[in-house]
Amino acid sequence: MIDLSVNIGSLKLKNPVMPASGCFSFGKEYADFYDLSQLGAIVVKATTLEPRLGNPTPRVAETPGGMLNAIGLQNPGVERVISDELPHLRKYDIPVIVNVAGTTVEDYVAVTERLMDSEDVDAIEVNISCPNVKCGGIQFGTDPAQAAHVTESIRKVSKVPVIVKLSPNVTDIVAMAKAVEAAGADAISMINTLVGMSIDLHKRRPLIANGIGGLSGPAVKPVAVRMTYQVAQAVNIPIIGMGGIMEAEDAIEFLMAGATAVAVGTANFVNPTACPDIIEGIRTYCEQHSITNVRDLTGVAWK
Amino acid sequence: MARLTILEHREIADNMRWLAFEAPHDLQYEPGQFLHIRVTDGVDHLLRRPISLCRVDGGRNALVVAYRVGGKGTKLLAAKNVGDTLDVLGPLGKGFPLHDEDRHAILVGGGIGVPPMVELADQLTQRGVQVTTIVGFQSKNVSILIDELTRYGEVLVATNDGSLGLQGFVTDYMTDELLASADRFYACGPTPMLRAVQARMTGRVEGYLSLEERMGCGIGACMACVTSCVLPDGSVGFKKVCKDGPVFPAPEVYFA
Repeated sequence: MIDLSVNIGSLKLKNPVMPASGCFSFGKEYADFYDLSQLGAIVVKATTLEPRLGNPTPRVAETPGGMLNAIGLQNPGVERVISDELPHLRKYDIPVIVNVAGTTVEDYVAVTERLMDSEDVDAIEVNISCPNVKCGGIQFGTDPAQAAHVTESIRKVSKVPVIVKLSPNVTDIVAMAKAVEAAGADAISMINTLVGMSIDLHKRRPLIANGIGGLSGPAVKPVAVRMTYQVAQAVNIPIIGMGGIMEAEDAIEFLMAGATAVAVGTANFVNPTACPDIIEGIRTYCEQHSITNVRDLTGVAWK
Repeated sequence: MARLTILEHREIADNMRWLAFEAPHDLQYEPGQFLHIRVTDGVDHLLRRPISLCRVDGGRNALVVAYRVGGKGTKLLAAKNVGDTLDVLGPLGKGFPLHDEDRHAILVGGGIGVPPMVELADQLTQRGVQVTTIVGFQSKNVSILIDELTRYGEVLVATNDGSLGLQGFVTDYMTDELLASADRFYACGPTPMLRAVQARMTGRVEGYLSLEERMGCGIGACMACVTSCVLPDGSVGFKKVCKDGPVFPAPEVYFA
C-alpha cells in the first residue's frame, strides 16, 4: 500500500496533486470530466475584494512549449465567490485553497477577513505574483520587505494556513522565500508565471492585448525546478511546486527538487484529466520504484 | 476526449482544407459547436485549436471540419494524413438553436465562418425550414462549400474583389423583401461582418451570431476567450465564447 498523503502546514492532503490557481476556475468545468474528490486539494481562481472584469482580448497566445496569458484576475469578487462559487465544492472531500489578490495590504486583509466567515475555506494562497494587472500584487512579490509585510498582515487575520505564492521575476528567490517564512507563512507555492511577450507580425504590436503576459507550460519547468531546489534548502516550510508540469515524471522532478506537493496549471487546458492522470502516474512510479511513502521523494535531489 | 482517425483530408480552396474524422459512436452534437483539436502530440504546440463542426455525415459515420491554414499550428495539422489519429475534445460549446415553427431562415457565412452553415442547413431543411444562404469571401480562390450549401437551397455569393458572385458584402443581399420573408437568421464570420449583420437585422429578424476568439481550455475554466455581452440587467459584461457560446442570441453580443 503506497501512502501518497502529504501535509501542507495543518492541511492534510490525500495526495500531493492540486490544480494551480487560475487554471481551474472554481472547479465546475472539470467536474464534468472526473470526480474532484480524487484531487489532493483544489485551488480556486484569484479572488479580489471587488469584482474584476479582467483584461481585453486576446488574453492568451501559444509560444514554443508554452503559452502566455494575461487574463487580469477576472473574478466576481469575494462576496459572490463565497455565496456562489465555494459552496458547490463542499461535496468533495478535499481541502479548498482560495487564492487572494489585491492592490493594497488592506485589500488582502479585507478579502482574507471576509473569507474567514466562510466555512468553505481551508487555506489561503496569497497571490503576490500576478504579472498581469497594474498594482495587482506583483509589487509585493518582488520586494522581500513588502512580501513579509503582506504575509504578516494576512497571517494575523487568517485562521487557516497561509500559503504565499512567489513570483519568479526576481533576482533572489531565496531571499523572497526566507522573508515570507519569517513573516509567518505556513507554506510557499512557486512559481507563478514568468513575464513574457509575443509580437503579432501582421499588426506589428504585442499579440496579447495587455502587452506583456505570464509565460507558463513546459518552457518554464527548468526555471521552476531550479528555484524549488534552491528554496527548499533554505526554508523549513513546505513547498507546493509548479511550472510546466504535464505528466507524473514532471511532478516527481519537483518533489525530488524539494517540493512537498505540486500544482498543475497549463496542462489542464491541454488535457482536462491531467490532474488525475498525474496522481495515477505518481502512484505507478512509486510502485515501480518500491517507494512506500511519497514524502520520501521530497528533496532527494539534494539530500 | 478521444483519439479520432482521419478519414479524408484535402484542400478545397487556397489554404482551406476539409478534414473528416471517423465519428465516435456516442457522438452528441449541435450545429455551430466546435471541436478542440490538438494539432500534434508532444509539447511544442500545446494549445488546442477550436474548429467549427461543418458536417456530420451519418451515412459515412464522418465528422467533418473545414479550416484555414494560417499559423504554424494549422500548418502542422495540414500535414496530417488519412489514417493518422488526432486528440480531439468535443463537440464543445453551445450551438445554433433550431426553431421548429420557423418556415424560412437566412444563413450568413463569411470566410472561415461558412463551414458551420452546412450542418445547420442540413438540420433546418430536415425540419422543413427553407434556407437561403448568403456567403462572403475575399476572393474566388478562397471560396468554399458553395456546392455543399446549394444542396439545401439558394446560395448567394459575394466577394470583396468581385471574382465570384456579387462584388461587395453579404449585407448587400439583405433586401427588405428578403428580410421580411425570414423568421430567423444565423451568422458566423469575421467581426466586421457580424457587426454589419447585427445592425441590419436588429428590429427586423431575430437570430444568432457565432463568435470566434483565441481560446485556452475550451471548456470555460481559463477565462481567455471572453467577449462583451449585454447582460440581463442591461449592463455590459463578459461571457465566455467557448462555454456560453460560440453561438449567442444576436442582441446579446456587444460590439464596442
